[in-house]
Amino acid sequence: MRRIDALEAVYDDIADCAVVTIMGAVAVELYSLGHKPNFFYLEHAMGLASSVGLGIALTQPTRPVVVIDGDGSLLMNLGTLTTLARYAPPNLTHIVFDNESLLSVGGFPTATSTGSDLAAMARGAGIVGSRMVNELDEFAAAVREGLASGELSCLVAKVDDVGPASFHMDLHLLENRFDFARALRPAE
Amino acid sequence: MPVSEANSKVVYEALKGAGVSICSALPETWLVHLIRLADDDPDVTLVRLAKEEEGVGISMGAHLAGARSALLMQNHGFLQAVNGIVSGAMLYKVPLLLVISDRGHLGERDPWQTEGGKFTRRVLDALNIQWTELRSPDDADRTVAKAMTLSQSSLSPVAVLLTRDLMWEEPAS
Repeated sequence: MRRIDALEAVYDDIADCAVVTIMGAVAVELYSLGHKPNFFYLEHAMGLASSVGLGIALTQPTRPVVVIDGDGSLLMNLGTLTTLARYAPPNLTHIVFDNESLLSVGGFPTATSTGSDLAAMARGAGIVGSRMVNELDEFAAAVREGLASGELSCLVAKVDDVGPASFHMDLHLLENRFDFARALRPAE
Repeated sequence: MPVSEANSKVVYEALKGAGVSICSALPETWLVHLIRLADDDPDVTLVRLAKEEEGVGISMGAHLAGARSALLMQNHGFLQAVNGIVSGAMLYKVPLLLVISDRGHLGERDPWQTEGGKFTRRVLDALNIQWTELRSPDDADRTVAKAMTLSQSSLSPVAVLLTRDLMWEEPAS
């Protein structure tokens, strides 16, 4: 499964959610499918995308929030799984694209390439329904299920270690940040 | 425990007065009363962390979603969170109210706290983070409110150091 195909398959499902992605290929690919002001690309602070999503989900409990994480980023902040499990915001869906590689910095293999299982870690942390998927249809169905479940879900999707030709986005990170905050402002 | 319950309460009320509705925290001796107050308060969301850097992300999310937050941490927790503060909050111009217990400063008896105390202010200075010391409960409301105001207007982290004079009741010997 290619990550961009997976993102395309669920684009309409997540389009109206507050979406927080990690930097690199994930951000560029979602952006290339069609940017929306309710999409926030965390261009650094590796590991903290899920923490940012948790802060949003706790502050606005009725807004669906989707975090699109990666194996390299999540491995830098594994404690987040225990914090997510502890507060279990029902409006949060945590997607982890696992390409077993730090692709955006040259493709160095991560520990998931030697067997570390992020879905099992999430289950062990207490995110009960966490699971791993390998196929596109299964991924799209699982994302829809997670969004509709009314409880915190964590979905680890094994994807190919391929990314975009360019990492350029015509959107400054501060422009994205201020637009995103405006998009999240509750209607008067 | 000689951690001042009365002054913890004063600091807590100052945080609430500054509009804080979400607090992240990692326990440390000086912060126990503050954390318990947040935990018992239905109007404040307390997020107990595994490591302090998570709190930077949570505060970023809270700010982007329209809430004021505070991070309760020991100075070693601040040192732990530096990358998130720089590559998250500072890069993205997000305000942070860092409420830091000032361990390892004059009067510290725990040998393991003494190294971090040497560097806390210098690291804050190196990061251009404006900071102030809170020594007297009489100043808590005003100091915390002013720190929050600056943080919100400058879209930057601001630190309030909770000193031994404020947090510890044991007489000096």
